Amino acid sequence: MTTVPTPHTEPPGLADRAGRMIASSAPRRLDWPMLVAVAALSAIGCLLVWSATYDPADPDGALGFVRRQALHLAVGAVVLLVVAAVDFRVSRAYAPVVYLAAVLGLALVLTPLGETINGSRSWLVVAGLQMQPGEVAKLGLVLAVAMLLGEPRDGEFAPTTRDVLFSLAVLAVPLGLILAQPDLGTAMVLTATYLGMLALSGAPVRWVAGLIGCGVLAAFSVWWFGLLEEYQLQRFTTFVNPGADPRGAGYNANQSMIAVGSGGLNGTGLLEGEHTRGRFVPEQHTDFIFTVAGEELGFVGGAVIIGLLAFVLWRILRTAGRSEGPYARLVCVGAAAWLSFQSLINIGMTLGVAPITGIPLPFVSYGGTAAVANLAVLGLVLNVHAREHGVH
Amino acid sequence: MRPLRRRRLLSGRRHRRPDAPAAPSPPRTSRRGVMLAVQLLVLVLLASLTARMWYMQVPMAEHYQELALASHTQKLIQPALRGRIVDAQGRPLVTNRTELTVTADYHALLERDDDGTAVLRKVAELIDRPFAKLRDRVRLCGPETGQPCWQGSPYQPIPLAENVAPKVALQIMERQNEFPGISAQQMAVREYPNDELAAQVLGYLQPITQEEFEAREELRAEFSGVDRVGRDGVEAVYDDRLRGDSGERILSVSSQGDVRGTLSRTPSEPGMHLVTSIDTEVQKVTEDALRGAVDKARSQGKPVDSGAAVVLDVRTGRVVAMASLPDYDPEVWNGGIDAGTYDKLLSEDAGEPLISRALQGQFPPGSTFKPTTLAAAVKNGASLDGSYSCPGSIGLAGRSWQNFAGGGYGTIDLRKSIVVSCNTVYYQLGYDMWRDSRGEKGRDPVSAMAHSFGYGAPTGVDLPHESSGRIPDRQWKRQYWLDTREHSCKMAEKGYPEVAKEDPGHAAYLKRLAREQCRSGDRWTAGDAINRAIGQGDVQVTPLQLARAYAAIANGGTVYEPRVGRALLSADGERVEEIEPVKAGELPVEDRTLKYIQRALTQVPKEGTASGAFGDFPQGKVSVAGKTGTATTQGRADSSWFASYAPADDPQFAVVAMVPQAGTGGSTAAPLVREIYEGIYGFSDGGEPALSSGAPPTALPSVREDGSIAPPDDH
Repeated sequence: MTTVPTPHTEPPGLADRAGRMIASSAPRRLDWPMLVAVAALSAIGCLLVWSATYDPADPDGALGFVRRQALHLAVGAVVLLVVAAVDFRVSRAYAPVVYLAAVLGLALVLTPLGETINGSRSWLVVAGLQMQPGEVAKLGLVLAVAMLLGEPRDGEFAPTTRDVLFSLAVLAVPLGLILAQPDLGTAMVLTATYLGMLALSGAPVRWVAGLIGCGVLAAFSVWWFGLLEEYQLQRFTTFVNPGADPRGAGYNANQSMIAVGSGGLNGTGLLEGEHTRGRFVPEQHTDFIFTVAGEELGFVGGAVIIGLLAFVLWRILRTAGRSEGPYARLVCVGAAAWLSFQSLINIGMTLGVAPITGIPLPFVSYGGTAAVANLAVLGLVLNVHAREHGVH
Repeated sequence: MRPLRRRRLLSGRRHRRPDAPAAPSPPRTSRRGVMLAVQLLVLVLLASLTARMWYMQVPMAEHYQELALASHTQKLIQPALRGRIVDAQGRPLVTNRTELTVTADYHALLERDDDGTAVLRKVAELIDRPFAKLRDRVRLCGPETGQPCWQGSPYQPIPLAENVAPKVALQIMERQNEFPGISAQQMAVREYPNDELAAQVLGYLQPITQEEFEAREELRAEFSGVDRVGRDGVEAVYDDRLRGDSGERILSVSSQGDVRGTLSRTPSEPGMHLVTSIDTEVQKVTEDALRGAVDKARSQGKPVDSGAAVVLDVRTGRVVAMASLPDYDPEVWNGGIDAGTYDKLLSEDAGEPLISRALQGQFPPGSTFKPTTLAAAVKNGASLDGSYSCPGSIGLAGRSWQNFAGGGYGTIDLRKSIVVSCNTVYYQLGYDMWRDSRGEKGRDPVSAMAHSFGYGAPTGVDLPHESSGRIPDRQWKRQYWLDTREHSCKMAEKGYPEVAKEDPGHAAYLKRLAREQCRSGDRWTAGDAINRAIGQGDVQVTPLQLARAYAAIANGGTVYEPRVGRALLSADGERVEEIEPVKAGELPVEDRTLKYIQRALTQVPKEGTASGAFGDFPQGKVSVAGKTGTATTQGRADSSWFASYAPADDPQFAVVAMVPQAGTGGSTAAPLVREIYEGIYGFSDGGEPALSSGAPPTALPSVREDGSIAPPDDH
């Protein structure tokens, strides 16, 4: 166990690269514990989606949802394996492509190709397939920012002021497009992911502190100057006092808390939750999926989900801490910031401690684009893990 | 393992990539520390979420489970069938009938774009009722929503229109897509088979008011909004027994309000039937006689607009009949009374038919009070066997007091003083008692005796809104003076200029009266006592008070609390709760005195003031004892009383009649009472006796297996 410098001292030939790709995809180098945890989360997610969509009058309807979610996960698994197989230093070259594709998608959403669901124009329908470019944008942002701040110029590891400004512009373009939808949840995730990556990038402290301060200030002024849609503002104000208007904006918060709280220690059992059966919590198979776990699986089930998420996040951050290259490290940090922010806000909102926004629970919520994007970024982390961990 | 790795990490700086330029890179130790801090931060945040979840799901679980239950269940109340009210023979007084009622589903209407306005308009057109009325009835009651509004749960069907023709109901049920949320169902309403008979005794039902709803907690728990509460008469007094216990169904509902199933069901317990001591036939006879007497007096040009008559069972104090005119048909309460009809029922022009004058009307008793004065005087030392002078007028307390019509009878005994109703004898008795007790504080033989007879306080009958009457005495006078002094002193000063324009003499008299009242109105004067002795002046009694006083004279001295309720029978007949007669007290009168009074009263219809009215009455079959009374009220015509009981030798009934402004007791009230006796005993031409045995049944009606009520089987 001696430390060896990273191996590619000169550009490798095509054969070399192919050989390394195959070698690096050797199963023993994958982070199996993390993969098992993610598989468990996905399996629990499928069960919860089934329960959330189950209707005794139409039992096949729920199975359709589960089947589609399984398909999403299968596609995501393939993407994960491909990304994990291709050396991140190779795939890094495609970062701008992913980023630009996401920006293009976000722009198209605002054209007639986009579709409005639940008051947000977040969907793109291509050949009958619905997808959310916003989820791709999260992946694109992680890749682009990691590239810009990770290794701005060859051999230079700490980003300069110019790099930070450039990365801010990279954030601003998708952020603006997303706020135009408007999709506050995704915008929050993008901002939080960016700030997390910036904080750990080694950028000048004044920038880190200044931008985080600006983020807080921006959130405040958005509220202050009423830049938010009425319903978004209401969600934030009722977050402070959900009991104020139980049939209005606080309704979701109240009902999700009732669903979770009434589950008790062991839950009612799958498909047995009266509150879930009565469809009291909206969007229960996507954003509010955690309430199904809370009611039907109880504290035990909820704690297992949180524990699995914690394990996954810990593994990602562990990989980040062990990675040598700043780019690899920032990719992992980005993934961790993204997934942990979504997990905390999503679970927090069902427990009444975070505002209600449209943010899905990673690996658990129903949704194709999100599943693929989450698994893709996990593929990158696996790749870093495999390469930084055992390569001689 | 760990120290080893650490060494490797520490050495990272030296082992930088060989081709890397010397650009600054954060030291690995600090980076490692930062990563550790970030890991810790994420774990702590997730752990605090877990703690929050624990708090919600373990210590607070019950709270959320209650909230969950409240939001996904709904209670549907099924009103119990209200018990029937029957007479002593089991004949129906108030029953239930089912009626087709058009109802609305509140939520279904609210789901419409226009809150159901179009649907309601169509319903209004179909059933031919005003749209505004229907719209008002589906409003939920709130602090600012006046009647009509819906007080029940919004999950309960809200009645829009009662008594709808079956054809119309069928149309609504068949064209459900045209009438979403509208339905027709059978609902029970009160039915009055004898129309207005005993209307004030039976009372009526009305939708609960917001105040009642808030005040009566036991009602709130099981109130469906459809059922009504008893608002007067026995319907009000026995409301909680007649009402029964409503059943409930707990429904599980979805967030959209769709019913997903029934979680539990408690059947309703029908209300108990109330057996009253009223006898339908006697009640009819009484009402007919009263109506006839009022009509006759009116045809004679007397300003008569009301009247009351009471028949009591002297052995139990139970009410056999109680009539009050004017009356009304209680059917008006069904289907939601409109404001115009309601105002009319309360108006003075219509004679306030809701008021039972039998227990709410207060009038001076006139000479019917004399037996009380007699008993008080004898108790105070006057001789029962003595002789008394009955001049045409008598000078007492500085003025002259007239006998009725100014006639005198010379020296007579007390028996004759009752028979011929000699005022001057009682003026003297009243004056003597006033003089005897003048110096003794608190002693007032007449007041004490009157209260023993049950005057001056509510009788305690099981009917609401009873008046207490009034026996004036020293204490009352003082209180009255305190209450009115300010006004009388003002009038003493100002005089009566309005009256003076037309009658200066009367105005001067009124002014003098006011001055006297202002200066010394608190004094219980000899004049007051003299007036009281013949039941005039400020004495006031209700017909019911008088009836039970005469019942007490008849039965040997027991004063009862009158009762209309006889028993409560459960709907299946299993449970029978008798309502026992209640003794309020005994007359503090010696047997000899009471017998003396009875003998005197027995002579009144034979040779005294009522002999005209009872001229050819078969006294040999049933001997009637009684006393006429003529109450004088300033500025109004004399009012006619007759208080009686029969048979005189073995009393069963006490009958009292009162017709205000109808003249002397002998002219109107006595013939009226005679008619009642004739009806009871079947003495009128070809008349069947209303009570064939001459007495109320001792047994109770019973509930047959089919739920109908069988007559008592002691006949």
